[in-house]
Parts: sequence; C-alpha cells; structure tokens
Amino acid sequence: MAERPEDLNLPNAVITRIIKEALPDGVNISKEARSAISRAASVFVLYATSCANNFAMKGKRKTLNASDVLSAMEEMEFQRFITPLKEALEAYRREQKGKKEASEQKKKDKDKKTDSEEQDRSREEENDEDEERLEEEEQNEEEEVDN
Amino acid sequence: MADVAVGKDKCGEQRLVSLPLSRIRVIMKSSPEVSSINQEALVLTAKATELFVQYLATYSYRHGSGKERKALTYSDLANTAEESETFQFLADILPKKILASKYLKMLKEKRKDDEANAGDESGDDEAES
Repeated sequence: MAERPEDLNLPNAVITRIIKEALPDGVNISKEARSAISRAASVFVLYATSCANNFAMKGKRKTLNASDVLSAMEEMEFQRFITPLKEALEAYRREQKGKKEASEQKKKDKDKKTDSEEQDRSREEENDEDEERLEEEEQNEEEEVDN
Repeated sequence: MADVAVGKDKCGEQRLVSLPLSRIRVIMKSSPEVSSINQEALVLTAKATELFVQYLATYSYRHGSGKERKALTYSDLANTAEESETFQFLADILPKKILASKYLKMLKEKRKDDEANAGDESGDDEAES
C-alpha cells in the first residue's frame, strides 16, 4: 500500500488542541515543538502497533485486539495509560451496544411492515476493518492543511 | 454506520477520541507484519496516542529548563527524549540541536585528537577497510 508521506502524519489542528488542553493556560507551543510532537505521536503509533502485534502473534491471532493494545502499553512502560484506556473501552462498548439496540429497535419497527433481509447488516463488535466506514469518517474530519 | 468510535455526537461535544481513526489506521497498517486490526484496537490506539501527546507535552514542559516557563520549545522535547527512559524511543527523531559552528569545532578537535593518537602508536588507529 503506497502511502504519501503526509498520510502518516496526524492533523495539526487536533494535535495542537490536545497539547493546549494539556498544558497550563497561557503557555505557548513553538511551531517546531508542535511538529515534533506530531512526529513523535506517529512514531508512538508504530511502536505500539508493533508491540501489540507481538502479543497477537503470541496468541496465534492475525487480528490485533483491545487486549493486545493494553498489553503493549504495559510493555512500553506506559502503565499510566491503562486505566483511562480501560474506561474508554467500556464507554466505547456501551456506545456500540446502545447503537446496536437502537438499530435493532428500528428493525423491529420496520419488520412490522416488511420481512426484510436487513439481518445481514447487524454490526458485530469484533470485526476487521471496514474500509467504507472509515472513508466516510475521513470526509467528516476537520483538518488543517497547514505548515 | 458510523462514526461511532470517533464519538461524533450530533451535539458535537463529548468525543471519545479526537484523532481521526482512518489516519491512525493508515499508520498502523504501514507496519509490515500487521494483517488486520479490530475496531476496538483501533479506538484504543487512537486514545493511547492522545494520552501520549498529553504526557509528552506536560512532561517536557515540567522538566524544561529556563526560568520563563511561558513556552514549550523543541529543545524541551529533545531533552526529554534523551533523558527520560520512557521516551527513549524518540531519541532518533528528536535529536538535540547544536549550532553548526559548535559542531565544526567539535569535528576539528576530534581530528586533532586522532592525529595525535596516530603519532603515539604504531598501530592502526585509522579505520581501514
């Protein structure tokens, strides 16, 4: 898969916001520092992915899952991330469940009208990448083409 | 079906994760041995990256030198990469900077040392290939 170099970067606007929210009010970030942090973040993703992948392989799995990522954090000595990540995971699962239930409810309502073949569209929690879904997302993002 | 993981509510406010999952996924997939990534793993990686950005920024700021703590600079980050074990993996991409003049001076001095050593010993100081 050929990626253009800029594809491996994260959007400046989002990175800047995260940094600003983390630092005390009134503290500035030089453009260079911001760019450096952005690069560091990309490297972090690669490092974390590689580490998580080792755990997946140990488990004889080809698909990275949540516990692989958590194990990777432990391995990389970012234990401090584990609790917030677990909370985020819980929140994500609840959200997923909520949406699933909502769409099932809709189906029930629709079924009163027709016998549909909509069963196939049910979302599973563990699935592999869904290209289209993510592409849709990409259109929705705000990005700053800057620098 | 869904911008779920990014948590983009219609009301817009509380997002689970701010970084774009599609981009995170591109970076993850650029890693050669990775075959596929479950959606939860993607969400967690994105979230972890945000936590990482926060941590790197605040750590570097706190440990930074200089009295006026009004700004976070590149050198704060480079120092962190060099001095903190946790952030060691960043050392190559966040090298410390020195003035070109200093670097040239260092090179000169090194050459002088090398020449001096070569004179003392009969052995092979110079790299031979």
